[in-house]
Amino acid sequence: MAGSPVQVTGTVLTMRRVDAYHALTVVAPGIADRFRPGHFVTVAVGGPRTSTLTRRAFAVHDVKPDYGGTVELVFTVRGAGTAWLADRRARDPLDLIGPLGRPFPLPRDPASCLLVGSEYGAAGLFALADALQQRNCRVDFVLGAASSDRVFGALRARRMAETATLTTRDGSLGVRGSVVDVLPGVIADTHADVVYACGPMATLGGVTAVCAEFGIPVQVSVEELMACGIGLCMTCTVPVIGDDGVTRMTRACVDGPVFRGERVRFDDVGTIPFDAHGAPGGDRAR
Amino acid sequence: MPADMRTYLAHVELPNPILTASGCAGTGRELAPFADVTRLGALTTRTITMAARAGRPTPRMAETPSGLLNAVGLQGPGVDVFLARELPWLAERGARTVVSIGGGSVAEFSALARKLTDAPGVTALEVNLSCPNVEDRGRVFGRDPSAAGEVVSAVRTAARYDLPVIAKLTPDVADVVAIAKACVDGGAEALSMINNPVGMAIDVDRMRPALAAGTGGLSGPAIRPLAVKCVWQVHAALPGTPVIGMGGVTSGRDALELVLAGACAVAVGTVLFHDPYAGHRVLRELEELLQERGFDRLADAVGLAHRPSHRTDREESSL
Ligand SMILES: Cc1cc2nc3c(=O)[nH]c(=O)nc-3n(C[C@H](O)[C@H](O)[C@H](O)COP(=O)(O)OP(=O)(O)OC[C@H]3O[C@@H](n4cnc5c(N)ncnc54)[C@H](O)[C@@H]3O)c2cc1C
Ligand SMILES: Cc1cc2nc3c(=O)[nH]c(=O)nc-3n(C[C@H](O)[C@H](O)[C@H](O)COP(=O)(O)O)c2cc1C
Ligand code: FES
Repeated sequence: MAGSPVQVTGTVLTMRRVDAYHALTVVAPGIADRFRPGHFVTVAVGGPRTSTLTRRAFAVHDVKPDYGGTVELVFTVRGAGTAWLADRRARDPLDLIGPLGRPFPLPRDPASCLLVGSEYGAAGLFALADALQQRNCRVDFVLGAASSDRVFGALRARRMAETATLTTRDGSLGVRGSVVDVLPGVIADTHADVVYACGPMATLGGVTAVCAEFGIPVQVSVEELMACGIGLCMTCTVPVIGDDGVTRMTRACVDGPVFRGERVRFDDVGTIPFDAHGAPGGDRAR
Repeated sequence: MPADMRTYLAHVELPNPILTASGCAGTGRELAPFADVTRLGALTTRTITMAARAGRPTPRMAETPSGLLNAVGLQGPGVDVFLARELPWLAERGARTVVSIGGGSVAEFSALARKLTDAPGVTALEVNLSCPNVEDRGRVFGRDPSAAGEVVSAVRTAARYDLPVIAKLTPDVADVVAIAKACVDGGAEALSMINNPVGMAIDVDRMRPALAAGTGGLSGPAIRPLAVKCVWQVHAALPGTPVIGMGGVTSGRDALELVLAGACAVAVGTVLFHDPYAGHRVLRELEELLQERGFDRLADAVGLAHRPSHRTDREESSL
């Protein structure tokens, strides 16, 4: 089955620095074959007798058929797990599970697609851009970060897309500001039919609001703390409005991470909305 | 020869002693791509409640040294959806299923037991005593022997006579044995322990509690010594009562530790988040350890650490 995830012990092929990021390529057949743009993988960190038991989630930047299938991740060191990962070297074993989550839906007919990535969120958009171009879609990029060394993939975006607009908070590259600030202008210029966005929750909320003003659909890949990544633990939930109009605390790892932007209640993230299914007091109101 | 791994919860025979812990195996479907749920001793469901529950706000988790704090808040669709969509999937595959139940009052617990008792595929009921009693200012049932005994006996009365009732104990009590005895007196045929002790972490960067709920339940290897102590004390006081031991089991050695303390079955929880295949791995490792130590049957190792130890050479020489 194409979609079903596998647990594999991969072998690290290369570990490189790319500006502020670490790029890790690992031989992981089974995951590479099943990959669709938008999928993520989880990694067990800390070795066999680890004291950090929860798995770390990373978007897949790229897959290649070499050595039976490789997967490339791009990450930034945040805490103990990513620090351990950054110390991996060629031939080290790595416990991976993937591909996970709901991938980006692709338009049936050629469309003008705007891909918006903030910080490492940009990493997951390049495989999507490839898939869109194969379907004769126009692709434009907006990539942003705090500073120039954190804007991931600017060169590649410029090479492959019609346009690539870059933003930095400190103004060290491109437009000073955030991806959300430049979005209205870029949507107008590129006649975007659909937007795909990946980045921090606040950015995704901003992108969704702009798309709503323009009346165009937006697919967002959300991020919430994950302990398992495979739907067991219920820690990764986000308030999402279902097809029936009911808000449910929805697992980002199995029902996402990609959602239609307008379905995610960004303003209510970190709360249980009073009208959510099963909210406290809800059973008395019925 | 491999050891005989069969074990019993009251009269119900399980082919092996490894269960999943409540709230750690999803509905079974999520685990299935990685591990055959029918080969587990049993799968324990997350705690099923009467009505749907949205749970707690996020962040719901924080990693701590060798542990995990969680405040999921029993999110679930409610018992009717469980019966319609979740239990049948397990039953069709022949998975043995322990259904964990939770309520805010004694009446809610017995109503749940009545709804579940004749459903095909229920192997046993596990009473989650870590639920707050809304009729007693939110005091947790499992911290008070009489409240614990009352809930268990209500469930025992509501459930079919041949469906085992397991009481799940919290370690956050002064005297776990007193609670265990009250549950057995109330009709519990087996006990499971330990549920999560309550803990807290503060994010020093945000300078706020790491969990939206403030406090959460601690799990993982960090709590294993607490689990060993509870199993040890309860087995010493109630040697005839089957105990399902859990708390930080990640390997066959960890499982054997709980078995030697008195558990006849062992559940894996948090480790499944790390390795969804862990249940089967722990079973194989436990089997090997028993064989290496010359045991013919798992049952012979249960509580073995309570036996007075032989004198050591040093003691003899000092005579
Ligand atoms: C779907 C998805 C895709 C992601 N893709 C990338 C990527 O391509 N590149 C990248 O650098 N990072 C990515 N992240 C974030 C990455 O998972 C975290 O940076 C990482 O888990 C931090 O681990 P740590 O041990 O360094 O930090 P710690 O703070 O020590 O982590 C502690 C715990 O919190 C969890 N956690 C902490 N931060 C996050 C977070 N932002 N999201 C989810 N869980 C978190 C960890 O899994 C771990 O369980 C992604 C997250 C998600 C959910
Ligand atoms: C995310 C999570 C959810 C849990 N949900 C429940 C639950 O619904 N009912 C219950 O009785 N115990 C629940 N528990 C407790 C476990 O069943 C188990 O008793 C405890 O975590 C100790 O085992 P472990 O260290 O192997 O995880 C939960 C634990 C975790 C980590
Ligand atoms: S991360 Fe465990 S359910 Fe989503």
